[in-house]
Amino acid sequence: MDNKEKHIENGWEPKIVAFVCNWCTYAGADLAGTSRLKYPANMKIIRVMCSGAVDPVFILKAFERGADGVLVSGCHPNDCHYNAGNFHARRRWDLFHALLDFAGIEKERLQFSWISASEGKKFADVVTKITNDIKMIGPFKGYQEMNRQFTTEFPEQEKEKLVQQCTEAEAVNG
Amino acid sequence: MKIGVFICHCGENISRTVDCPRVAETCEKIPGVEFSIDYKYMCSDPGQKLIKDAVEIHKLDAIVVGSCSPNMHERTFRSAAVAAGINPFLVEIANLREHCSWVHEDVESATQKAIELVRMAVEKVKRDKPLSKIKVPVTKRVLVIGGGIAGIQAALDVANAGYDVVLVEKEPSIGGHMSQLSETFPTLDCSQCILTPRMVEVNQHPRIKLLTYSEVEKIEGFIGNFKATIRKKARHINEDICSGCGQCVSKCPIKKKAFSSFEEGLAYRPAVYIPFPQAVPNIPVIDESVCTYYRNGKCGMCVKACDRQAIDFDQKDTMMVADVGAVIVATGYKLYSIGKQPLGSKYKGYGEYGYGKYKDVIDGLQFERIASASGPTSGEIKRPSDGKEPKKIVFIQCVGSRDPAKGISYCSKICCMYTAKQAMLFRHKVHDGEAYVFYMDIRAGGKMYEEFVRRAIEEDHVNYIRGRVSRIYEENGKYIVKGEDTIAGVPVNIDADMVVLASAMIPHDNAPGLAQKVGIPYDKYGFYNESHPKLKPVESTTAGVFLAGACNAPRDIPESVAMASAAASKAIILFSSDSLEREPVVARVNEDLCAGCFYCRKVCPFGAVEVRDIKDMNGVVYKEVAYINQGVCQGCGTCTATCLSKSIELAGFNNEEIFAEIAAL
Repeated sequence: MDNKEKHIENGWEPKIVAFVCNWCTYAGADLAGTSRLKYPANMKIIRVMCSGAVDPVFILKAFERGADGVLVSGCHPNDCHYNAGNFHARRRWDLFHALLDFAGIEKERLQFSWISASEGKKFADVVTKITNDIKMIGPFKGYQEMNRQFTTEFPEQEKEKLVQQCTEAEAVNG
Repeated sequence: MKIGVFICHCGENISRTVDCPRVAETCEKIPGVEFSIDYKYMCSDPGQKLIKDAVEIHKLDAIVVGSCSPNMHERTFRSAAVAAGINPFLVEIANLREHCSWVHEDVESATQKAIELVRMAVEKVKRDKPLSKIKVPVTKRVLVIGGGIAGIQAALDVANAGYDVVLVEKEPSIGGHMSQLSETFPTLDCSQCILTPRMVEVNQHPRIKLLTYSEVEKIEGFIGNFKATIRKKARHINEDICSGCGQCVSKCPIKKKAFSSFEEGLAYRPAVYIPFPQAVPNIPVIDESVCTYYRNGKCGMCVKACDRQAIDFDQKDTMMVADVGAVIVATGYKLYSIGKQPLGSKYKGYGEYGYGKYKDVIDGLQFERIASASGPTSGEIKRPSDGKEPKKIVFIQCVGSRDPAKGISYCSKICCMYTAKQAMLFRHKVHDGEAYVFYMDIRAGGKMYEEFVRRAIEEDHVNYIRGRVSRIYEENGKYIVKGEDTIAGVPVNIDADMVVLASAMIPHDNAPGLAQKVGIPYDKYGFYNESHPKLKPVESTTAGVFLAGACNAPRDIPESVAMASAAASKAIILFSSDSLEREPVVARVNEDLCAGCFYCRKVCPFGAVEVRDIKDMNGVVYKEVAYINQGVCQGCGTCTATCLSKSIELAGFNNEEIFAEIAAL
């Protein structure tokens, strides 16, 4: 794929964020470490207590902050430490994934998986796969595009006002 | 806020692929970081001292440790922080070993990733709030549901440890299925002889409040603080006055209207009855459905017979509330009904074996009653149809069990053993009798179990045939059992006088209903789920609710007793301190922002979300908001993601903290 070659030639490395649950996938990632499995260094993990606690806003925020891909991973169905959190995550993800697709964001950028505490190998495989997938489709420019439009199309005054509003909002939201 | 960053080499485990000094150097430049250092073993005593000293010298407010997984040493570093005077929840771990050095090979990219991981942790710790452990008071009383051997054992263990017990049994007497058994494998000791002393002990124990003929109506609350509502069904006998003389029972004219469930339908019982002579408590019950008084207001023979005036036809069900700190569920099992199953049942039944159609095709518990000295035949082996002594009995194992086509895939575990026992008892009592056992496999795992089965085969000459039975039909007063001997590869026809079916153990019909009341999950059959199949076999997933006996899976007596003692000790551990301490990772609602949509209530797996009224100065409710019970919340955070107004925060993982981590990418 020419796209892919171009990205790799530029020395571009994708940024990937993973939201993983504390009980299964985080422990699975630990196991990948203790088993000394190797996978690309592109993904950084953010630990949450349960995949059910992953708010779609987190995912959007990650994309906004320059992530090229996001992984959400929790316990297998029926194995949730909290009984049902992963079912809520699955429902929410199904909808949100469809929404992203509708908005024209490549499906591969957001992936979901079940990785248990004993599946270190699966964790390594999933990280490798999502990294390769993202390398294939290249950097995520959606937010940058929006920023460019925003800077060129808005009249100067309006822009300043909006920028100020945004910074205020940022200060509140962090 | 002044933050200290401590990067551990973990010997060479981290430093081999991560340039630790460079990570420390780079991280010192992150705004807010006051001090940054790398060290060979941060978890060692000198390493911890390094942290303490740094906190003191640099007046640090929070620390980030770049080391192994938090699952490994988070606790170590939190205690070190506490020793240095920092709140333990102002410590963040960047996982540089399991998630970085061990899984990457390239030093440059691994170091870069390590820096980013530390930066994320620093940004999170900046927004962390000091938290303290939550204390919840404990009511030191246990509710035991079910008065079989498991419930009895659990109640006695807890009571003997010095705590109060409320034991609830739905039948008029405690004892459960064990009281119905004749003799028990593998020792052949009489079941009632070992059980009844325990039953009496329960009744006389000053710390046990025994509620028979009662059912749990609902359970509210959480670990240490449950409130159980119990319905005490009307016995129509005043328990305080009744002496258990049994005059009413012998005078009752209704003799042949109701089958005794204790005798498994092999005998009748009067309308006023004591289930069995050794019943505890020894107080009769009037069965409204057959009693003449409730049909036409006449009769009253029992009233005349009772010289203590204990009969009370107007007695009503009463409700009572018990405050308990722990619940032990020991509701036991029932037998798979092996006749034709009603339409729509998840089980298919065994119509081909003619249970229900032929009187002499019986199930295991019925045979127990026939073999029992206190049973309807006084222990003589007699056919239910004509009372004659059967000379040839066929026992069929795995009727229901291990048969996915009939609805059950699991092994009922006890049938191999009790079939061997029953065949043995038959051979002991009918010396010229022949016993045949159709089996799929012999599963005799247990102390002295295999030896016991061998004894049945070798000493008592029970004929074991490996194979299944396809059909049973009646011919000239005999039951023709058509089966197959799969070892010899030949069809087998046996003309038996009686057939005993070892039917599967299944949960009670109302097991899911009770599970919903108590708030514990159950599997597709209705058995209650343990929290962890290996390491937490007696805990349910609901904190403070424990499981004992066959309500969890098919179990024999020794296993049920062991499980009951284990559940009791778990409750006693819970009671060893006056209040419970737990991690403060719980959700909190911002009542000003909450719009009262209660979506959180729908998604909470623990029922921790309550409705709280917000009142104005005049005490008028103007708004309802969600309130999260800190004792029930387990801290999953599903509500935080569901909350539309973003008014719920999970302590230690709030949105601000996670956004900060994302922003630091």
